[in-house]
Amino acid sequence: MLSTLSKKILMCLTGLFLAFFLLIHFLGNLQLFLPQEQAHLQFNAYSHFLSGNILIKIVSYVLYLSIVLHAIDGLVITIKNKKTGGDYQSDQRGRASKWYSRNMGILGTLILIFLVIHFQNFWYVYKFGAPPLDAKGNKDLYVLVIAVFQQWWYVLIYVLSMVALCYHLIHGIHSAVRTLGLYHPKFVHWFKVIGTTYSIVISIGFALMPIYIFFTVN
Amino acid sequence: MNLHLKIWRQKDNQTAGKLVAYDLQDLNPHMSFLEMLDSLNEKLIVSGEEPVEFDHDCREGICGQCGVMINGIAHGPLKHTTTCQLHLRSFNDNDTIVIEPFRSSAFPVKKDLKVDRSAFDRIISQGGFVSINTGQAPDATVIPISHELAEEAFDSAACIGCGACVATCKNGSAALFTSAKITHMALLPQGKEERNQRVLNMIKQMDAESFGHCSNTEACEVECPQGISVLNIARMNFEYNRALIFKKR
Repeated sequence: MLSTLSKKILMCLTGLFLAFFLLIHFLGNLQLFLPQEQAHLQFNAYSHFLSGNILIKIVSYVLYLSIVLHAIDGLVITIKNKKTGGDYQSDQRGRASKWYSRNMGILGTLILIFLVIHFQNFWYVYKFGAPPLDAKGNKDLYVLVIAVFQQWWYVLIYVLSMVALCYHLIHGIHSAVRTLGLYHPKFVHWFKVIGTTYSIVISIGFALMPIYIFFTVN
Repeated sequence: MNLHLKIWRQKDNQTAGKLVAYDLQDLNPHMSFLEMLDSLNEKLIVSGEEPVEFDHDCREGICGQCGVMINGIAHGPLKHTTTCQLHLRSFNDNDTIVIEPFRSSAFPVKKDLKVDRSAFDRIISQGGFVSINTGQAPDATVIPISHELAEEAFDSAACIGCGACVATCKNGSAALFTSAKITHMALLPQGKEERNQRVLNMIKQMDAESFGHCSNTEACEVECPQGISVLNIARMNFEYNRALIFKKR
């Protein structure tokens, strides 16, 4: 049986890996902002390169494992915390902390639901469906992206999910650094600033992709 | 001033409790919160009722014995004070005040507002000490310790073990308390000798007492009477990770 601290370390390591993955995912997806003709072929070639690379394949399995472990560990921690925490008839304890730091489980669940939708939209169709081919013979992921983001409710789901992601990341990165044991006040402050900036940039950047496509691509 | 109180009354650990309303008139606003409870108890005794039981000792804010949830906040509305250092002037005339015991699964209610906090003692007994052979007192300058380090260790040692951190934590986590003790010892040269075993033993005991996980909401620091920093928790995590890597068995 893992100790309470060990369970937090697992949460921290899988979380940091996922947060790092987001950066790579984000940088790759920036290609969607290129002029449409160029974006079309380049994005598909990039997807093809990723799906054919053995290293990326290994990383992708680490990614799936991290998502599963992060979710299960989070559930185990949340259930235990619900049991051990006190209940009060009159409860004003919220004044002492941020709402998103108290509701990481709910934010995480929203992100998990989003991930199911997101995987179903692209990952599943790309891997197991029969997507069309582009001019260079690569699977045409770009038209899938365009098709999804021309539906306003998908744009809305994606943007709202990025809000949940942003708050989850802000507390998650801060908390992960704490779990690793960084105790120097100066560097704790730096990492808080860096982590918050990272969370906001990544989330706004991702949210802009469906919005950009919805309003520019025909 | 007049106050409407709703106080948690519970006969013993086996019986379910409930909030009971009491009204007090003509209170002096400069009374401490505990003196107000004393005056309530005097009235209850005179009228033949069971007085409200609550923990208290020094009433100077340094022993850590008193502590109740006042309107859902540990030690009441003031920050960084104990319940005994709270005065009625912090409330308004005719306020309704809900008073409940500190709650968590590791703090069973003994009676009324009294809870069993001996889980803290058992954590301390697992590592809140330095193993030395006693004899003549050594010269104070034998082990040089800088002023800054001594102060830093003392900041952690200032924890009075009242349990407000656990009561405030939505998870009922004892991370702040345990980490303050671990940090206090880990900072000083005498404590460094046993640092690996200490942190492992104390965390093991903390988990055995059914405290929750720390989720770094940092509410504990805000409500702590001594303002113990959450960076102690970071230090505890550091010590724990370090011990996992370097432990010999």
